[in-house]
Amino acid sequence: MTSQAASHAEHDPNIGITGLDHRKMGMWAFLGSECMFFGSLIGTYLSYKGKSLSGPTPHEILNIPLTSVSAFVLLMSSVLMVLALAAVQRNDMKWAKIWLFSTATLGAGFVGFQIFEFTHFVHLGLTLQTNLFGSTFFTLTGFHGAHVTGGVIWLLALWALAVRGKLGPEDALKVEICGLYWHFVDIVWIAIFTLVYLIP
Amino acid sequence: MATHAAFMPGTEAKSHGVLWSWLTTVDHKRIGILYGTSAFIFFLVGGVEALIMRLQLARPDNTLVGPQAFNELFTMHGTTMVFLAIMPLSASFFNYMIPLMIGARDVAFPRLNALSYWIFLAGALFLNASWLFGVAPDAGWFGYANLTSRQFSPTASIDFWVLGLQILGISSLMAGFNFVVTIINLRAPGMTLMRMPLFVWMSFVTQFLLVLAFPAITVGLILLMFDRFFGTLFYAPAGGGDPLLWQHLFWIFGHPEVYILILPAMGIVSEVLPTFARKPLFGAPVVIYSGIMIGFFGFGVWSHHMFSVGLGPVADSAFSIATMLIAVPTGVKIFNWIGTLWGGTVRFKTPLFFALGFIAMFTMGGLSGIMHASPPVDLQQTDTYFVVAHFHYVLFGGSIFGLFAGIYYWWPKITGRLLDERLGKWHFWLMMLGFNTTFFPQHYLGLIGMPRRIYTYAPDLGWYFWNLVSTIGAFVIAVSILVFIVNVVRTQRSAPTAGDDPWDARTLEWSIPSPPPVYNFARVPTVRDRDPFWLQKHGDGHGGKPTGRPAPVSAAEIKAIHMPPPSYWPILLGAAFLFMMSGALISIYQVVLGGLLTLYCMFRFALEYHRPASGGGH
Amino acid sequence: MTTRVPSRPRVTTVLLLLTVLALASACSWVGWDWDTPMSTVMPKSDFGKMTHEIFMLISWWTLGIFILVEGALLYCCWRFRDRPGAPIPKQIHGNTPLEVSWTIAFAVILLIFVIPTIRVIFKTQEAPAATALRVDVVGHQWWWEFRYPGLRITTANELHLPVGQTVAFYLNAPDVIHSFWIPQLGGKRDVVPHRVNQLVMTPDTPGEYPGQCAEYCGMSHANMRFRAIVHPKGEFEQWVKAQQAPPVEPTDALAQQGKALFAQSACVGCHVISGVSAGVLGPNLNHFGSRKMFAAGLLATTAENLTKWIENPAHMKPGALMPNLGIKGEQSKALAAYLLSLK
Repeated sequence: MTSQAASHAEHDPNIGITGLDHRKMGMWAFLGSECMFFGSLIGTYLSYKGKSLSGPTPHEILNIPLTSVSAFVLLMSSVLMVLALAAVQRNDMKWAKIWLFSTATLGAGFVGFQIFEFTHFVHLGLTLQTNLFGSTFFTLTGFHGAHVTGGVIWLLALWALAVRGKLGPEDALKVEICGLYWHFVDIVWIAIFTLVYLIP
Repeated sequence: MATHAAFMPGTEAKSHGVLWSWLTTVDHKRIGILYGTSAFIFFLVGGVEALIMRLQLARPDNTLVGPQAFNELFTMHGTTMVFLAIMPLSASFFNYMIPLMIGARDVAFPRLNALSYWIFLAGALFLNASWLFGVAPDAGWFGYANLTSRQFSPTASIDFWVLGLQILGISSLMAGFNFVVTIINLRAPGMTLMRMPLFVWMSFVTQFLLVLAFPAITVGLILLMFDRFFGTLFYAPAGGGDPLLWQHLFWIFGHPEVYILILPAMGIVSEVLPTFARKPLFGAPVVIYSGIMIGFFGFGVWSHHMFSVGLGPVADSAFSIATMLIAVPTGVKIFNWIGTLWGGTVRFKTPLFFALGFIAMFTMGGLSGIMHASPPVDLQQTDTYFVVAHFHYVLFGGSIFGLFAGIYYWWPKITGRLLDERLGKWHFWLMMLGFNTTFFPQHYLGLIGMPRRIYTYAPDLGWYFWNLVSTIGAFVIAVSILVFIVNVVRTQRSAPTAGDDPWDARTLEWSIPSPPPVYNFARVPTVRDRDPFWLQKHGDGHGGKPTGRPAPVSAAEIKAIHMPPPSYWPILLGAAFLFMMSGALISIYQVVLGGLLTLYCMFRFALEYHRPASGGGH
Repeated sequence: MTTRVPSRPRVTTVLLLLTVLALASACSWVGWDWDTPMSTVMPKSDFGKMTHEIFMLISWWTLGIFILVEGALLYCCWRFRDRPGAPIPKQIHGNTPLEVSWTIAFAVILLIFVIPTIRVIFKTQEAPAATALRVDVVGHQWWWEFRYPGLRITTANELHLPVGQTVAFYLNAPDVIHSFWIPQLGGKRDVVPHRVNQLVMTPDTPGEYPGQCAEYCGMSHANMRFRAIVHPKGEFEQWVKAQQAPPVEPTDALAQQGKALFAQSACVGCHVISGVSAGVLGPNLNHFGSRKMFAAGLLATTAENLTKWIENPAHMKPGALMPNLGIKGEQSKALAAYLLSLK
């Protein structure tokens, strides 16, 4: 925030009595709700763990090294997101564009990994209908993937605005909110990766 | 998100017609009226459904409606009353009253607010469209798996139900985010959390429940949808799935939902009683804390809906204790309300009648609730008419009486007209009489073994007479609602003479004109007490002098007020979303097309004020 | 200000109406007959009695609280009613000791309920003794199957139990969730697919007790009824003996014709009659004629009812899964005669 923006804070209709921006607070409320959403999905996965009546089982099919790479890609995208926000805040729009686009690219890369993983599993005989593992695994990771996809679209939209010269430091908050969402989706992946892939 | 653009109050209806101004409104007061009107219409729909059911049960072996129709009726009655009547009626008060009570000019996200309403309406219409196609949902409002699977419910009935609830859930979630932020961020200067009016407090807790409880049913419904559309095995016993998973997910949502339905009414009663007893709420902090406790414990008691499924003695005991525990803050509230009346000068106006009716009836519902908090007792009472009686004492005797208290209380603020007192009291007494005649005998019917959700019963079980009485009572309720409608019509034809403060009330909304101007407060007030308006008029009652009304506001000051302009993107986005969701029943191409349209509308919605024509952001 | 009518006559009206209401409720209570076929408050087993005690304990306490609260409410309305010219009352904001004490009072009262509750939860969910009579209860859409694995008996919609003997019910469902409930013998227990639930009880009074499915299970949920017959000592053994015997051969011509028809038609696909057919989807018919009611306890076992049922099952029990086989006239009469002969 520039000092000029700060002096305007009392007139800014988006800043409330707490001094926080409505939109940021709204995003936090949304993320709280998302915690319950993924909590319920993860709970479903865990309560059905090992209850499948037939194969394939997780350890027959999950490729931990490959998924570690994709998890690493997603984690790195969070770093780029931080850089993108910093660039927007200091009005360095050239780098902002680069970082926004590369964050989106890494995110898309993660989704690409997931599409590959899903098709590979289908070839190995695991589908949504095969067994409880298939139902819970595809639903949980699929919803996470859908969230990442949504984030990629959001990032690309911000990038497109930046390309058209319609994104500046006064929009830093919009980028920051997108970043909150992006980091959240990342953290959820850490939880899913640990619980689904790493813990036997 | 929230907008920066300048907008002259009172200009919205000029360029286009009145209808257009309502379709594009982002004014929280108008949205409140939209919510309230829709909710009342669906309340009537749900009521007619109930009347048909009562007629069918009026005598044994009756053949007025068949089993299929009856099962559809009780499913839609429950779903309608919970999601399309009580929740939006509460939402109507959130919308209209919260900004007025916290001294704000609107909610935090006015366009999102409009979007919540349009999506609510989309979901409500979608759900009821199932009647037109002859496939009304028929698995109960609780939709227990695996009766809802394709195998046992092959028609589109459950699809309508699942998709309808998903749409409604999204609306509730968005409204929840909006009001969490509104209440935290838009309070007038000086209004600390503990100075917030009780209605705002109870609504605040409700918003947290909405935000945190709805995801559970969302996931439950997604799994059901996947089972039905894609053949997953979540609730399929043949594939190792456990139908009880649905019950857990449903009640993790479902029990907080009960408090979502009752807390706003508790808030209303906590406003009405002090006004008409002319005394502050007795022990307001305790009432607030107990509201928070109820919300908190509300997440830890869901399995008391499942005592009969066989969770084992340890789980039964734990959930029984938690359920008993939640009775403590509830009981405390009732005593605090009585403490509010104690030593007051109680003025018997219609809103107070309904508030007293709330306490009297809710107490009964609460006490019968304690009975089935004990699992052994619950094993006899669950799924009988005793439970039907219990939750109608809570949701009708509680929520509906409380909401009517709010309607009579705030009607003059919203319309500038006082509802007729004589008709109001007729309404109250008829409703009280009809309600008790309908539901009190159902305690007895349940105790002599009448199960829920049966469309017929044998004549030799002793159930006939009191079922008949119950049916008669239901029609008395219907008459009382007619009296209310007559009252509304007559009142709206009279001149608006209520004045700003007809009840000599205590909170900020009464300090502004009735109906309030678009901008609510010409000058945002500064708050020093929980009852700021009372303080201005009468002082604190402990020697503190009345602080007096603030100085009048100049025309120039009013001219400088910026209000958000109307927007047609909320309704378009809602329509696109409905188009996408209904595609799930028609064709995948419609889903894709609808999805693209939704995405497009979302962008337009998000970027509507990204770079306002006027230039700078502030 | 609006019309301020002196409120005394209003208050009188209020009290009058409330009193009428209270009296009406009380009268109706007196007029209520508790000794009805499905009454939950006339327990006839140890299980039912244990839960009933807690119900009565909570009922008396809550009745007391009810009178206290409603009384206080009425008293406030009367005592503190607005009188013309009344001054603004003292602005009392609360009374912490008072509020703390009623909070504690509530907690203590609830403790009185919790302790016996937990005792009974554990007592009623103990594993059954080895000597208990095992009955497997299978809830179908929309009828009940009862199997006595130790006695090699399978029957439907009519549950026979000996008095004074502990019974262990093992509950299971092949389709959707049902709930097994005989109100006079105690609480219900859900019958959940993919799960075996238990219910243990010892009936202590001979008699006939209607039961019914208590969990909504689809179209004919309301018609999923059955009866439990608790036999006096000795009588149960007779019943067991009769049920274990092979189905009797029909003697009269019509019934013999019915048997031939049964063996040729689709009936055999779903029903067991030992020596004739081996279907398992529908009820076992070995001793069909000995049951007082059929079609999930909906219809009395008479030739007329049975003929109608055979001709159009779904007409008698909506949604019935037994198909309409197009058997009509003399044929259905013959079938009915055969089934009724299976005593």
